[in-house]
Amino acid sequence: MSETIAFTRTPSVADVASHYCPGCQHGVAHRLVAEYLDGMGLAEKTIMVTSIGCSVLLYNYLLFDAVEAPHGRAPAAATGIKRTNPDKVVFTYQGDGDLASIGMGEIMHAANRGERITVVFVNNTVYGMTGGQMAPTTLIGQKTTTSPAGRCSSNEGMPMRMAEIMAALPGVAFSARVALNSVKHIAQAKKAMRHAFEAQLEDRGLGFVELLATCPTNWKMDAVQANERIEKELIPYYPLGVFKDAKKSGVC
Amino acid sequence: MADQRIFVKGNEAVAMGALDAGLKGYFGYPITPQNEIPEFMSKYLPEAGGAFVQAESELAAINMVLGAASTGKRAMTSSSGPGISLMQETISNMAGGETPCVIVNMMRGGPGVGDINTAQGDYFQATRGGGHGDYRTPCLAPATCQEAYDLTIAAFDLAFAYRTPVLLVGDAILGQMKEPLLRRPPIAIDPAEGADWRLGGTSGPNRRFVRSLHLAEGKLAEVNLRLQEKYRAIQAHARFESFQTEDAELVVVAFGSTGRIVKSGVRKLRARGLKVGLFRPISLYPFPEQALRDLAYSGKRFLTIEHNMGQMVDDVRLAVRGLADSDFYGALPGNIPNPDEFEAAIERACA
Ligand SMILES: Cc1ncc(C[n+]2csc(CCOP(=O)(O)OP(=O)(O)O)c2C)c(N)n1
Ligand code: SF4
Repeated sequence: MSETIAFTRTPSVADVASHYCPGCQHGVAHRLVAEYLDGMGLAEKTIMVTSIGCSVLLYNYLLFDAVEAPHGRAPAAATGIKRTNPDKVVFTYQGDGDLASIGMGEIMHAANRGERITVVFVNNTVYGMTGGQMAPTTLIGQKTTTSPAGRCSSNEGMPMRMAEIMAALPGVAFSARVALNSVKHIAQAKKAMRHAFEAQLEDRGLGFVELLATCPTNWKMDAVQANERIEKELIPYYPLGVFKDAKKSGVC
Repeated sequence: MADQRIFVKGNEAVAMGALDAGLKGYFGYPITPQNEIPEFMSKYLPEAGGAFVQAESELAAINMVLGAASTGKRAMTSSSGPGISLMQETISNMAGGETPCVIVNMMRGGPGVGDINTAQGDYFQATRGGGHGDYRTPCLAPATCQEAYDLTIAAFDLAFAYRTPVLLVGDAILGQMKEPLLRRPPIAIDPAEGADWRLGGTSGPNRRFVRSLHLAEGKLAEVNLRLQEKYRAIQAHARFESFQTEDAELVVVAFGSTGRIVKSGVRKLRARGLKVGLFRPISLYPFPEQALRDLAYSGKRFLTIEHNMGQMVDDVRLAVRGLADSDFYGALPGNIPNPDEFEAAIERACA
């Protein structure tokens, strides 16, 4: 019987067991980043900025040079790297608490300046690492450990649609939202990942990709239910699609 | 060769020092009284092939420094009290991640927003780590424009020799006064500087990372021990000026602009026959403890003068403990110190 290898490890993903919970899609998001950079032969010129959240150990799984930024500040650290090393490929990898809460200032301004960086934004609608507290992206009615009665807009405001907010900023060349809950959606995500890096590589502006991902542990669901939740609850509020794809870069 | 001295503000001297030290990235946010530094950088750093970004906040500025510094580039920021407070989270991260950079604090009055007038109230923050965790940052305190220039260059060398953030503290007096400065030719930086740790695009198992998180059992303890060893080694870099202390009965301890004002007071009092001298710590961390202790051994009395309510006096007392004590005179933050006021305080202490 002959064997067919259906799946190979992309070289920049470490051959180690991860600390993520079963059914967590941080791993899928990691793989998409690595597949693109390996596929393009960019691994040797990539510097990644890790952030605070469940993905804080990103550098254990993705074998690129890495600097760890304090909670929320990754876009500023990436700015410092890129401005002094314009020949490098620089990306940040941030959760929704990191990017849309404590780091809202840094992402807005890096985007507005049109920093030539790529931002990989994992939206799982909760703070994963600290135990499932409310995030700026938590859906209305969603129960978390700090919104036990469910998020209420009059008290906590509306969930923030970051991909759309980013698309409104002139410095952003590409902004899209994709989901990681099905094979079809992952294929779309792969494409969006490519475009988000191309915006940087072609010197057009900041590339932003929002990935709707599971957090089965804090959603108190199994992996299948979590995937279904993305389809039934997240996508209706967070529509998938490309919100911006600007071909030209801004000039003074 | 003709005298190449130029006439510049302290802030400009710092900026020129950084540029001549091979600066590649400046990131900052405006705050009085240090605005001449970002203003200078915005013009001259891009001309010299470096990057200037006016950040949206001090939080962003110091994190831009973190990014640039992690790639082994000489990077800096500058601010004043409230801005430096905002940067402390990342300074702590950089101490932990052993990321070299220079951070300038041109002190103003506090606490809080305080005022924009000169003061030395950030001594504790500058010498005790300032942020969370067990760390220290070497801290240099110039008193003249020339020293501001020279010490900025020294700060970069120290930062890279020990892989650590280094602070340079001045105050509004130093930042805003104009003095002659002799500028040196720019330094050619060793292209291998930071080579063994800097991020530059290595992938695979040998890739590098700059970080301060250590979750594995025993790892953080190891890092903290290594940091402490580093701080012990840095003790060898203690700097100070000792002025007419040999035969002095009373040694006045003062740093930065205050040290300089006290020096003219000492000169005047000497002319009147009083046996006084000045000991001016130039590195606030490492504090020149041994030199001060030696003075205590030889039987001197001490008076610490600061432009705050009493901060460095703690270090003076620690240095001379068991042998002597130190009186203290503090000029009130928010008021411009008056040389006569210092002179009178020294005279009283002599009595
Ligand atoms: C300054 C600071 N505040 C708070 C924290 C605690 N903290 C760690 S992770 C986290 C939330 C991360 O959530 P998110 O970005 O959504 O990522 P996830 O864990 O869901 O992947 C918080 C608040 C911290 N490390 N630093
Ligand atoms: S807590 Fe949530 S985000 Fe974190 S690893 Fe577990 S499933 Fe993933």
